[in-house]
Amino acid sequence: MKSLAELEAIRKATLSRINLRKEEKGETTRVVIGMATCGIAAGARPVMLAFMDEIEKRKLTHVTVSQTGCIGMCRLEPMVDVILPGKEKVTYVHVKPEMVPRIVAEHVVNGRPVEEYTIGAAEKN
Amino acid sequence: MKEISLHLLDIVQNSVKAGAAHVDIRFHLGADGILEMGVKDDGCGMSPDFLARVRSPFTTTRTTRKVGLGIPLLMQNAMQSGGRVDIESEEGVGTEIVAYFVTGSIDCLPLGDLPSTMASIIMGSPDNPEFSLRCSSPGGEMSFSTEEIRPLLEGVSLAEPSVVQWIRESLDEEIQPILGGIMK
Repeated sequence: MKSLAELEAIRKATLSRINLRKEEKGETTRVVIGMATCGIAAGARPVMLAFMDEIEKRKLTHVTVSQTGCIGMCRLEPMVDVILPGKEKVTYVHVKPEMVPRIVAEHVVNGRPVEEYTIGAAEKN
Repeated sequence: MKEISLHLLDIVQNSVKAGAAHVDIRFHLGADGILEMGVKDDGCGMSPDFLARVRSPFTTTRTTRKVGLGIPLLMQNAMQSGGRVDIESEEGVGTEIVAYFVTGSIDCLPLGDLPSTMASIIMGSPDNPEFSLRCSSPGGEMSFSTEEIRPLLEGVSLAEPSVVQWIRESLDEEIQPILGGIMK
């Protein structure tokens, strides 16, 4: 194993972040990624890991990343839902890892959805 | 799928949905170049009737649609390399699926990014089941399990970004010397 001492350090750092999250009592933003056969084949794994990396890089405490199954629009995968507290769900389609930093910066952090990546914009064409 | 690892990510969902408490994953690369990918779970298992139909793309437990492509796509890629897929299952006991790939074949997929795949699998089901991974080849062997690191984390979720990153990096370091030759 690489180093369990390192894991211990990570545990401590993460605990303080979790406590911060509790103190802030802010509601959580959810990022949900389609990870069924269709999503995986279309490239959902690197997209999910890009979200994890970006959240880790920015030390965001109020964001959770989770996975869901196939919702029947396989041709639009990889699909990602971003749900800000109290806001309507925004669905991004054909998501690539390169698009993730912008979605996190503009939408997750600043609350402005990246219109051009959304399902609304994709279905217009 | 572009990587054997992506089939793993897909197939493991079946074990999770079967309510498994333990999912044991193994990769063994023999000196003959045959890669064995095994996924064994203690989930609900399949009835003999369902097992007989499970290889069909028109078999699924989903109610939303009538197709299920996880196993058929895995079979296609294993067989395309000259390998095969074995499935054993018993109701109430669990299921074991073993895919064989002939890595020397030009039609064989690369193993791909197994460390990232394991991190994605664990992140998707951080509380249960417990996952274990064993990799072996003439180059050596390694093992990892969520059961091993969970107590060390004392309540910090395995889905925390910092923990996921650690899993990815530490697995990469360990898997490279064993299966690095077939990852790309």
